[in-house]
Amino acid sequence: MKYRAPTSIDEAVELLSAHPGAEVFAGATDLIPQIQGGRPEPSLVVDLKRIPETVRLEAENGFWRVGAAIPAAVLTAHEGLTAAFPGLVEGAGLIGSDQIQGRATLGGNLCNASPAADSVPPLVALGAEAIIVGRGGERSAQVSEVVIGPSATSLDQSEFITEFRIPAPSRGSSDAYERFIPRTEMDIAVVGAAARIRVDGDGRCEEAAVVLAAVAPTVVEVSAASGILEGRVIPHYSGRDAFWDELGEAVVACCNPIDDKRGTAEYRRKVAQVLARRTVVTAARRARETL
Amino acid sequence: MTTTRTGYKWVGTRPVRHDGLDKVTGRARFGADYATAGMLHGVVLRSPHVHARILSIDLTEAAAMPGVKAIITGADLPDIPDETGTGSEGGINFRDLSRNILARDKVLYEGHPVAAVAAVTLRAAQRAAEAIEVDYEILPAVLSLEEAMEDDAPVLHDDLFTLGLDSPPDRPSNISRRRVIARGDLDAGWEEADVVVEREYTTKAVHQGYIEPHAVVAETGEDGRSTLWCSSQGHFAMRTYTTKVLGWEPGDMKVIPAEIGGGFGGKTTIYLEPLAALLSRRAGRAVKMVMTRSEVFRATGPTSGSVMRIKMGARRDGKLVAATAWMAYEAGAFPGSPIGPGVMTVLACYDIPNVLIEGYDVVLNKPKVAAYRAPGAPMAAFAAESVVDELAEELGIDPIELRLRNAVTEGVRAVYGPKYRKIGFVETLEEARDHPHYSAPLGPWQGRGVASGYWFNFGGETTATVSINEDGTAVVMSGCPDIGGTRAALAQMAAEELGIDVHRIEPVVADTHSIGYNDMTGGSRVAFAVGIAVVDASRQLIDDMCARAALIWDVPREEVEWVDGRAQSVTGAAAPLTLEELASGSGATGGPLSATVTVNPRGAGAGFSTQICDVEVDPDTGLVTVLRYTVVQDAGRAIHPDYVEGQMQGGAVQGIGWALNEEYIFDRNGVMENPGFLDYRMPVASDLPMIDTVIVEVPNPDHPYGVRGVGETGIIPPMAAVANAVYAATGKRMQDLPMSPVRVLEALSGD
Amino acid sequence: MSRTHVTCVLNGDEIDFLCNDYQTLLSALRDELGMIGTKEGCGTGDCGACSVILDGQLVCSCLVFAPEVEGRRVETIEGLAEVDHLHPLQDSFLEGAAFQCGVCTPGFLMAAKALLDRNPSPTETEVRYGVAGNLCRCTGYDKIVRSILDAAARMSDPERQKEAT
Repeated sequence: MKYRAPTSIDEAVELLSAHPGAEVFAGATDLIPQIQGGRPEPSLVVDLKRIPETVRLEAENGFWRVGAAIPAAVLTAHEGLTAAFPGLVEGAGLIGSDQIQGRATLGGNLCNASPAADSVPPLVALGAEAIIVGRGGERSAQVSEVVIGPSATSLDQSEFITEFRIPAPSRGSSDAYERFIPRTEMDIAVVGAAARIRVDGDGRCEEAAVVLAAVAPTVVEVSAASGILEGRVIPHYSGRDAFWDELGEAVVACCNPIDDKRGTAEYRRKVAQVLARRTVVTAARRARETL
Repeated sequence: MTTTRTGYKWVGTRPVRHDGLDKVTGRARFGADYATAGMLHGVVLRSPHVHARILSIDLTEAAAMPGVKAIITGADLPDIPDETGTGSEGGINFRDLSRNILARDKVLYEGHPVAAVAAVTLRAAQRAAEAIEVDYEILPAVLSLEEAMEDDAPVLHDDLFTLGLDSPPDRPSNISRRRVIARGDLDAGWEEADVVVEREYTTKAVHQGYIEPHAVVAETGEDGRSTLWCSSQGHFAMRTYTTKVLGWEPGDMKVIPAEIGGGFGGKTTIYLEPLAALLSRRAGRAVKMVMTRSEVFRATGPTSGSVMRIKMGARRDGKLVAATAWMAYEAGAFPGSPIGPGVMTVLACYDIPNVLIEGYDVVLNKPKVAAYRAPGAPMAAFAAESVVDELAEELGIDPIELRLRNAVTEGVRAVYGPKYRKIGFVETLEEARDHPHYSAPLGPWQGRGVASGYWFNFGGETTATVSINEDGTAVVMSGCPDIGGTRAALAQMAAEELGIDVHRIEPVVADTHSIGYNDMTGGSRVAFAVGIAVVDASRQLIDDMCARAALIWDVPREEVEWVDGRAQSVTGAAAPLTLEELASGSGATGGPLSATVTVNPRGAGAGFSTQICDVEVDPDTGLVTVLRYTVVQDAGRAIHPDYVEGQMQGGAVQGIGWALNEEYIFDRNGVMENPGFLDYRMPVASDLPMIDTVIVEVPNPDHPYGVRGVGETGIIPPMAAVANAVYAATGKRMQDLPMSPVRVLEALSGD
Repeated sequence: MSRTHVTCVLNGDEIDFLCNDYQTLLSALRDELGMIGTKEGCGTGDCGACSVILDGQLVCSCLVFAPEVEGRRVETIEGLAEVDHLHPLQDSFLEGAAFQCGVCTPGFLMAAKALLDRNPSPTETEVRYGVAGNLCRCTGYDKIVRSILDAAARMSDPERQKEAT
């Protein structure tokens, strides 16, 4: 296995085009354990972190551009990003320990294509776009379209993500992410849920997105959530309001979980409802606080 | 020898440990930190199947690969007769040990070693191992205790006939042994009981979880003499076991102990050592072998999974009058679960007149279990202490009060035979009852549980040497690896005796060629047994030095006494002689000052612990959070209280992990699904509160300072304490470990 | 296969080494440079025993390819103490009995240093999460957490700092 660290997009695309067995990486927090676990080693690994576009972080023209190879620790320390997308930063901040935070990236978290990736539900809920470069030039895709199944993406062999473009939040809009793990740290999400809520001047929900992790082969959006929550003033979950049951049913309808070493399908269905409620409440409270 | 004093200068203080600086600077050398010039790297080829016959092994391609220097398989190890040796953690069968190290005709678990390769680089060795072709015939596997104990179960060993049955069996089975303990008249006991509780409990296999993987460097010379550098809980045992498996002479092997990065019982046996030594002999070069974490999980440790049925009866006044226990422990691929200590400890806390305990040692297609901190006792206590908690509730008696009414005390005959000597169980219960924790308020979905535990502790064969340097400093030498501060404790006892500063003493863990035999660091024995030897050696030295002062002063020996590190004339006839003066002039008074003592002491002093646990349960997710935890334990005498507390805290937290999340998870083919720290969920710092400790000191009359073993007892009560707390918080009795969120939420949904 | 020449700043000194591209930083430190203070407990980033600080960021050196550190700053346990005195964390760990076997200790010290560099007066909870990526099986963490809190107090108290030196 050889290692290369190109300093431009063109150089990287050239390397990937020339080496069919090449793979890109940024934090290597998934790649190295997978090799340790017996996955065949790529013939070439291409380190994306020295390409300027992949480590850029800025807001411009109504969008945030977040480099795909920025370590989570940098994202969580960024005040502007945290203010704009608290849920995304929560998700990024939950990828592993402090040590992992020093390495793990949004691009890697997405392209590892695990249904349990913590930063992916908030990216999807936020309507983020991935900027993808490759032999065919640059293209963009909705984050929700990048992963097509466990360990499988829609990117071709020469392609990689340079950055994410995320619409800047409007007034009255915010997000939240929560996951469940059996310990307090170091685990992969058994279930995760992100919510983005926009409220009107009276604090009523105008638009909602709820996205779940680890309950299906890919992260899934609860498409019925917006309809259920629209027009509601979202309080703390009390169990009395019927719409919470509707949301719960909508969540369960989206779940297609499995029994595995981290939890049972039944457990995931139950806890997905719990986390969906909790993140909706948090996102709505944050949204009202922006008014 | 049994004099005890109070007002010690060093015993009971908290000096910085002698090996501390090396360990905070990265200089300490652990198993994998050794290297020699030109050494080869060895790897193990392991079975992908849980139960299969090895039809053939083809080494042709692997042996021809570049850089490959030696390959060995089971055929390269001698046949060992079916005999059992002893060690501080119980018997060991060398034929089974040999077959666990390299499979012969059958593989018996996923990860069972099939071959080992040494090559010039680790990569070359790995590639060669992959190129070894093994032809297997898959056999039906036995993956649970229930399956293994069925009459028509596939049998792992054709020559395994159950021991301990009333009539000898006529065919082999997976049950290697039945252990029975009985006393009294059960029928009468049940007759007398007003309240009876009977429950079944299960626990899963759990790993010791030491952070340092097994590692060894072996160098075997052309003359067949070899040196091993390895981390273990006892390098003498490593030598005995390794040479036994190889058919070599123990005297031809020197084992140099590395610092040990955690053991908890799991490093009391061998895995890599004979492979590295034999590969080195074949290749004519040193060979280094280090396990991956996945190998550690799949092929070392763990301790037994278990099924237990406990029935206990009490009178209305709280007196326990009858109990039965039926217990089956997984041994893994070869006989030897800790069912023995399991049946002996399960009811050992209580004075119950009518008892029947029945235990089974069962083989199945899982890794062979190894000792784990108080082997066999924690799961037994989970079951028994849960039943005691239920009885307390049924009787309307406070659970500590119920335990006090039945607690064993000095002179009471233990259920497994001997009478207890001086013990401190009642004192731990009283301290727990009176601790502010026990009466602190609780919030909603919070609950409090208590549980107790008993451990024998162990003495064992021991050699220690104390030598005085010419400047009056001292060396305290033993042959027991220091896992958690025993160097400091031994130095403190020597300092107390000799009357010199503890930091003028250098405690040393000597190799197998530098000191006499020592049993392993296990059974919570080092501060006790090695402590006795060090104190004895120090007292011999003092006697010698007093005699030399008498010689110098030309007075009778009786007129010299040792006070504060000096020989002093009782009559005041001469100015005192300091240790330095006696040491620097020792050539003129009889030669160097050194004393060696060997002991095999009895009376290790039983240990008891009572623990209080508060939890909060999230009713939406089933998550159990430990809010507060207090460990009360009888240490006899805490030589270095920091490290006594450390043993109590560490044991409790291992037990909390066992209670909440740790378990071996196997797929339907018996392949371990979580052989890594990501999904084998040991507690992390953010999972826990501070662990409060109360050291009870009921001195052990058989140790000069009153020491009892403290290493193991702390892990026994936690699972029951947590389960009882979960019950108090939720009204649900958790009878299966671990109490993972999935299980707890299932229980909460069961209304 | 030809080896890669890597130059970096290790504990303040510019050094260079040769490695295979597939080697991790952990392997390069231990096997190429003989810096055995950084330990391997799992090789998959789950135990923290191999923690080092890379350009100011705490990382598991088992999850970094060795060639990645070209031109970068690496801090390991061997660089924590000054010539004539220990780092306050090392003093606190010694005095607070924050380890038993000691194999996780270098990783804990590096994680604690990274935490205190970022947050000089952490709460108990912040300390617990700050070292949640480091497994210790011996201590139950109690004395480790106390020692880190103690070191933070020492470092923020000029009197105690003077005393220590």
